[in-house]
Amino acid sequence: MTTENLPGLPEEPVARRGMFGVKDSGDTSGYNRLVVRRPPKLSSSRPYGSYFDEVADALEPAFADAIERVVVDRGEITFHVRRERLPEVMRHLRDDAALRFELSLGVSGVHYPEETGAELHAVYHLCSITHNRRIRVEVSCPDADPHIPSTVQVYPTHDWHERETYDFFGIVFDGHPALTRIEMPDDWEGHPQRKDYPLGGIPVEYRGAEVPAPDRRRSYS
Amino acid sequence: MSTTETEGRIYDVAGQDWDELVKTVSESADERLVVNMGPQHPSTHGVLRLVLTLDGETVTEARTVIGYLHTGIEKNMEYRTWTQGVTFVTRMDYLAPIFNETAYCMGVEKLLGITDRIPDRAQAIRVLTMELTRISSHLVAIATFGMELGATTPMLFGFREREMVLDLMEYITGLRMNMAYVRPGGVSVDLPAGAVDKIGEFLKIMPGRIKEMRKLLDANPVYTRRTKDVAYLDLTGCMALGVTGPMLRAAGLPWDLRKSQPYCGYETYEFEVPTQNTCDVYGRYLVRVAEMEESLKIIEQALDRLSGPLKGGPVMIDDKKIGWPSQLALGPDGLGNSPDHIAHIMGSSMEALIHHFKLVTEGFRVPAGQAYASVESPRGELGAHVVSDGGTRPYRVHFRDPSFTNLQAVPATCEGGMVADVISAVASIDPVMGGVDR
Repeated sequence: MTTENLPGLPEEPVARRGMFGVKDSGDTSGYNRLVVRRPPKLSSSRPYGSYFDEVADALEPAFADAIERVVVDRGEITFHVRRERLPEVMRHLRDDAALRFELSLGVSGVHYPEETGAELHAVYHLCSITHNRRIRVEVSCPDADPHIPSTVQVYPTHDWHERETYDFFGIVFDGHPALTRIEMPDDWEGHPQRKDYPLGGIPVEYRGAEVPAPDRRRSYS
Repeated sequence: MSTTETEGRIYDVAGQDWDELVKTVSESADERLVVNMGPQHPSTHGVLRLVLTLDGETVTEARTVIGYLHTGIEKNMEYRTWTQGVTFVTRMDYLAPIFNETAYCMGVEKLLGITDRIPDRAQAIRVLTMELTRISSHLVAIATFGMELGATTPMLFGFREREMVLDLMEYITGLRMNMAYVRPGGVSVDLPAGAVDKIGEFLKIMPGRIKEMRKLLDANPVYTRRTKDVAYLDLTGCMALGVTGPMLRAAGLPWDLRKSQPYCGYETYEFEVPTQNTCDVYGRYLVRVAEMEESLKIIEQALDRLSGPLKGGPVMIDDKKIGWPSQLALGPDGLGNSPDHIAHIMGSSMEALIHHFKLVTEGFRVPAGQAYASVESPRGELGAHVVSDGGTRPYRVHFRDPSFTNLQAVPATCEGGMVADVISAVASIDPVMGGVDR
C-alpha cells in the first residue's frame, strides 16, 4: 500500500483502541494495542485538478455562502453544502448548462457520532450525462435537530432514497411527499444504521422462550 | 363483511358468504377495487408487494411496498473485515453476484489507492465472469417473463441456458451463486485448468441458443401484443426517476458505464451498446437479447487474452499486506486451501503463519475517507459508496442498487394501463428483491 496519494493522519486524537474496534458484539477481540486515529477534516484548495475547477467555477459564484468546504480526495470531488441551501444548489446543479447533473444516484446516510453538531450526514452522488462527470454533495445536520430539506422536487428519484435514509438514520427530510419507513416495519423503534444501534439488537422469541440478542449472547473481552 | 371507513364503504373478502357480498357490492355504485398483489405471488419476482387500485380492468393507482427481504447487509458489513464484506454483498442481487462483488471491491481499491495496481489477468477474469453473469441474469429476466405471460418454452429454454453459465461459474469459482470470487486486490483464485476450453464450448453453443430464443419471441404475435406499447417510460421519465440499464437504453439513450466511464479495462474491448427507442417492454426485451450477444463478443476477447498474452499472470495484487494470503485450490468438494501454502505456513515459516493469521483474522486497514465506485450491472448502475475511518472494517457501505431505484418506476409505467400489463411492466423492470431490500 502506498501512502503517497493519501492524506496524512495526525497523531491525535485517537478515535478508538482495540483489535477490531467493536465492543458490543461477540467477537474474537484481544490485543487492544491497535490504534485507529480519527481522520482529519479535509479541505482542499484550488486548483482542484481535472474537471473539478470547471464545476466549482460554475457553482461557486452563485452559492459561495452555501458551500462550507470542498474536498478533493481519491479523484473525487465533494461539495459540503449548508443544509438550508441544499434544494437551491441541487436545482442549479441540475439545470445550469455548464453543470447539467441530470442523473442522481440517490442518497446515502453516514453517522459520525463524534462530530458534534454535524453527526448525521446525507451524501448525494450526482452524474452528468451531458458532460460525463461525477460529483458528490454532502450535507450534515446535528443529531438534536435531524432535519434536511427534501430534494424530491428536484430529483424525483430521491423519493425512496430519502425514505431509506430516514428509516436507517432518522434524518427527517422536510418537504418529502410521504416520509415513512421503507425497509423496516412501520412500527419499528430506532434507526438501525446508526452507530449507537447494536448489531442484532433485539431478542428473538422462539416457542415461548426468549433468546437474547446476538450481541448479548457471549463475550470474549 | 363490510365496514364504513373515512374513505367510504370497504368490502373485505374474508371467507364469508359470497352471494351476500356480491349483493351488497352491487347495491353500491362504487366500482373501485383495491387488490393486494404479493408479497407471495409468482409474478412479482420474489417478495414484492403491489397495492393496485382498479377501476374495472384499469389500474388507477399502483403502490409498491418493499422491505420483505431486508437482511441488514450494510449493517452487518460494519462488523466484519473488508475482505469478509464480499461474502455479504454477493448475496444482494443474487442473480448477478459478480457485479456486487466487483463494485464493492472497486470501492475498496479506490480507498486503498491501488486501482492501477490490480493485475491485468485479474481484471480480465473479472470482465469474463461479469459478462457470463450478465448473460445468466438476462436469461432469467427473459425466461421468467415468458412464464409470467403464459409461455413456458422460453422459461425452460432460459433456465436450461442459464444452467450452462452456472456450471461454468461453479467450475471457475467453486460455487454456482454467491461465490465471493472477486476480492479487494484481484480475484480469489485463478481459472482452473480446462476452464478456457469449457467457456470456448459455451461460446460455440450459445449464439445458436440465443437465436432459438429470438425465433420463439421476436415476432411471436402473442408476445408482441403483450409487450409492444406497454409500460411506456420515455427518456425524461427515466432521467427523473433515476432509471438506468436496459430500461434507459430502450428509451434511446446509449448510456452504458462500460463505454462512458470504463472500468476493469472495458475500454480495450470491442462491443456495441444496443439501444431501442420504443420505450416499451418489447424494446427492453430486444435490448437484453442484444446485450447477451454483445457479452458473448466480450467473453471471446477476454478468453483470447487469458489464454494468450495474460496466460500465467498473477490474479491478486503483489502487495502482501492486502492480497489474501492463502493460495486456494479447487478441491473435489469446492474450494479449499492449497496444500503447498498450508505446508509453508505450518511447516517452514513462523512469520508467514503470523502474517497469514493477522491478515485473515484482523484484516488490512484502509485509510480513512470515502469513495464511490460503480459498474454497469444487468439492471443498471450499481454503485457502492464506501466509507472508512481508517480501521480494519468498513465504517459504512451503502449500495445504490439499480433494482431499488428502477422499481420506483412502477406507478409511472402501470397507472392508466390494464391490470394484466402490470405483470409485463414489473417483469420488464426486472427487479431482484435481494438487491432492492439488501
